[in-house]
Amino acid sequence: MPVTVKTFATSTEAAAALSSERDARYLGGGTLVMRALNEGDLSVATVVRATDRALTELNVASSRITIGAGVTFARVLAERELGFLHPVAASIGGPAVRNMGTVGGNLFAPTPFGDFAVALLALDATVAVQGGYGAREAGIEEFLAGRDRQPGLVLSISCARPSGSEAFRYRKIARIKPKGGSLVTLAAHLPTSGGRVVGARIALGAMAATAVRAKAAERALEGRTLDAASIAAAVAAAAEGTSPVDDSFASAWYRREVVGIHLRRLLDGRE
Amino acid sequence: MAKTALQFRHNGRDVAVFVDGGVNLLTTLRELIGDMTPKFGCGQGGCGACTVLIDGEAHLSCLTLAQTVEGRSVQTLDGIKDGPNLHPLQRAFMEHFAAQCGYCTPGMLMAAKALLDRNPAPSRDEVVNAISGNICRCTGYEPIINAVLAAASGGRARA
Repeated sequence: MPVTVKTFATSTEAAAALSSERDARYLGGGTLVMRALNEGDLSVATVVRATDRALTELNVASSRITIGAGVTFARVLAERELGFLHPVAASIGGPAVRNMGTVGGNLFAPTPFGDFAVALLALDATVAVQGGYGAREAGIEEFLAGRDRQPGLVLSISCARPSGSEAFRYRKIARIKPKGGSLVTLAAHLPTSGGRVVGARIALGAMAATAVRAKAAERALEGRTLDAASIAAAVAAAAEGTSPVDDSFASAWYRREVVGIHLRRLLDGRE
Repeated sequence: MAKTALQFRHNGRDVAVFVDGGVNLLTTLRELIGDMTPKFGCGQGGCGACTVLIDGEAHLSCLTLAQTVEGRSVQTLDGIKDGPNLHPLQRAFMEHFAAQCGYCTPGMLMAAKALLDRNPAPSRDEVVNAISGNICRCTGYEPIINAVLAAASGGRARA
């Protein structure tokens, strides 16, 4: 069924269109919306686009980085200052998907996709959203929890750069590398002070409808050194609070069985 | 519903068509332009059979809204040969038995061309990565990887 395509020069106008039309979807890189159209998704009556260059801006000069929602994964990979996010971007799709898919769009990818959002959740990112009546910032956890209900347009995502290469860790488990759907995706931000973990954030992908935090595992590490005992406690709590589903990549049972194994490997640094 | 006028460069030639809202580039190329080289595989971004180059970058034409290529340059497999002469990548695919049923071949060739245009002397890992978004169910990939490496080492791949 033909849909109406509305292209706007500014993100404000695009956000207003999204807010005023119930059946409108924003088209970023196309990897989600065009797939829906190809599959005959009748819920999409209007496709909204914005050619606003601000959406593709990258600000990596300071300790807090800001990534425009329209920045592609290929662009992330090309930016040396975003080295800590390279393993994340490289784990998504093949080169063509990375040339198309955007960081903003990844926040909306249904499970088992959305690996970039897993990393951003571990990094405690903030999402800037333009609504019909103004812009606001939301914590990524709050954003992901309500992503299907909130009209508006994601403008950018920002997060603090991890303090060191050991502080941020990422693993994606897939049957086909690098482009397969995730069996489980793990990201951990583990800042340390005096050798002890302070402010641990562990995020899991493909373990619920959106990326979720493994809060019990985080508590198991908090204030402790990263040793065999604390890792074992985190591993034992890895699946707590998750609700994975069965899909063509893995069963929910399998995901619950293996998430702890991969969390152990992530935390003790083994390949 | 009204159609929208769309102009872009297709293999170095200006083309103009009228497209329905929401139609993808693959359908536009095959049904309106008559270029049958990009193939429909999955429509989901999983197989790479529809890979084309947009402004020199590999894109999946089935996930590209046709209207987004307004004024841009789209290159398909149909445009890489030079008259009756095959492109070095095509010749290497033939010489290394890199095509069996042939359905993935146009996408594979365009993914490989995107790599060699940017990196004329890739490593084996770089070739594997470059075609990692393209599925082949016949060859087991090895002949394809060997063909791309042969085209690269021949130094003739840049077109």
